[in-house]
Amino acid sequence: MSKYGEKNIRAYGNNFTTMTPGPVAKFLRTCVIFQAIRFVIINIKMLVVVSKSH
Amino acid sequence: MARLVVLGGGVSGHTAATFAAEWLGSAHEVVVVTPNAKWNWIPSNIWVGVGQMTKEDVTFDLAPVYAKAGIKYHQAKALGIHPEGNETSDKPYVVIESTEAGKAGQIENIEYDYLINATGPKLNFAATPGLGDANGLGEFTVSVCTADHATHANEELQKAIEKMKKGERQKFLIGTGHGMCTCQGAAFEYIFNIEHELKKAGVRDMAEIKWISNESFLGDFGVGGLHMKAMGFAVSSKIFAESLFAERDVDWIIGAHVNKVEKGKVHYELLDGSMGEEEFDFSMLIPPFAGVGLKAINKAGEDITATVFAPNGFMKVDANYAAGAYENWKASDWPKTYQNPTYKNLFACGIAFAPPHPISKPMSSPNGTPINPTPPRTGMPSGIMGKAVAHSVCDLITKGPDAPLHEASMAHMGAACVASAGKGLFTGTAAAMTIYPVVPDFEKYPGTGRDTDYTFGEIGLAGHWIKHILHHLFIWKAKLKAGWTLIPE
Ligand SMILES: Cc1cc2nc3c(=O)[nH]c(=O)nc-3n(C[C@H](O)[C@H](O)[C@H](O)COP(=O)(O)OP(=O)(O)OC[C@H]3O[C@@H](n4cnc5c(N)ncnc54)[C@H](O)[C@@H]3O)c2cc1C
Repeated sequence: MSKYGEKNIRAYGNNFTTMTPGPVAKFLRTCVIFQAIRFVIINIKMLVVVSKSH
Repeated sequence: MARLVVLGGGVSGHTAATFAAEWLGSAHEVVVVTPNAKWNWIPSNIWVGVGQMTKEDVTFDLAPVYAKAGIKYHQAKALGIHPEGNETSDKPYVVIESTEAGKAGQIENIEYDYLINATGPKLNFAATPGLGDANGLGEFTVSVCTADHATHANEELQKAIEKMKKGERQKFLIGTGHGMCTCQGAAFEYIFNIEHELKKAGVRDMAEIKWISNESFLGDFGVGGLHMKAMGFAVSSKIFAESLFAERDVDWIIGAHVNKVEKGKVHYELLDGSMGEEEFDFSMLIPPFAGVGLKAINKAGEDITATVFAPNGFMKVDANYAAGAYENWKASDWPKTYQNPTYKNLFACGIAFAPPHPISKPMSSPNGTPINPTPPRTGMPSGIMGKAVAHSVCDLITKGPDAPLHEASMAHMGAACVASAGKGLFTGTAAAMTIYPVVPDFEKYPGTGRDTDYTFGEIGLAGHWIKHILHHLFIWKAKLKAGWTLIPE
């Protein structure tokens, strides 16, 4: 888990110059409490864009 | 009593027809001509394609919904438009061919006062030898563009999973099947849903998964990429996309025009002019889109298709089709009212209108092969356009021919997109994104072309929950259930 995405990086391959998530970023993606908060925030952000578009 | 005929009962046409019927009431007539008996929430086909939903979950019968709305419904496909009528009558009409069981092939003329063309795309599998023929999808690859295609894709996927369980390695190749494709987002969703399902099935280590697309950089998505605010930076979608591909161990080939598909192998040309081959055991390649091939005929019976439609078969509207080279492109090239310039009672919305040019920078290989994404017209813009066009037509009918038209330019509207990266109530993830505006405006927003206060993206479980809720919300809305008019497009 700790080096979760890094093992897939291939030196001078296609993906050598990108970023990979660390363990905290990875954990937060499916952490229910954190995601419940993000759910509210994302919905508000989307509704703002939707209202600007109609 | 005026009659509005809507061709196509998909995302854009269904929105236009149902709002027009709601606003016009029984004083005027709304007619829908569409070849399918069922409505399909296309975004959820991705989940059908990995066995997480069934065709029944993503479709419903149109007839009872249109009966409830007071809309006259013809299960038929339009063949041609006669915007000046014919030698015996000045009344414009469309020629339709029934696709209803028992009536299939019967031809009928339907007169109209206003016509909305929302016929969406023709899935042009025939553009790439081996990807398919004029009748549709070929035998070597699968597709998720329709619910039936997605059901078939899942059957093939399950076979591949069984093989891996028996110890046979499998190679997956997902992406676009031609240099001029759009809809990279659907392929993006499918590749990560497959990856997620393989992990769940315990066979991820038996699979090599590869992306192939016509984008000049990963994360272009046909909109020239986008910059999203993250950690105080405006970060390119290229970084986000590459990061996800690296994390999920998915390699990629980009700038590729797939020019031939054989059993287990694709041939492609790259932007640098080199040719390559890639083998696969399972492949889903999105076909290029074209107009559905409607003809236009004038009063004298002459073919005026080239006047009404662009060469790609999409209908000409109030766009600037003479913008020329990329350097000259402006946000104002994009149509606002979707009214046909020749026949003012003709409109086109959703994928059916002819865009003025791509959004991504046009590119071609040294051999002269064009390789660049064509512009996407995703669900939210298609719905907004459909509603705006319906509003215009209703005003023209009720307030008279001088009523101002409603506007819905893709250069002035945003889009909210939720790209699934795997389904599961607690294990699913999706990239939730907004982009504002869809078409970059480099004069108004120098540099990135977009307002980064309203352009953002993040991946996580919350995105998946939103995607799942949207599935139910949009099917609720399309079925015209209580409060449907309050649900935004
Ligand atoms: C697999 C997949 C996943 C997608 N996921 C997303 C997503 O997550 N979010 C998003 O915003 N967008 C998504 N899209 C894009 C979205 O589906 C389209 O933007 C949207 O469907 C376009 O609406 P439309 O009405 O123009 O075309 P359609 O919805 O395709 O409707 C066109 C209708 O016209 C009918 N028709 C065809 N020919 C004729 C004819 N001759 N006469 C009469 N009717 C005809 C068709 O049967 C169809 O009912 C996805 C697309 C695909 C393929």
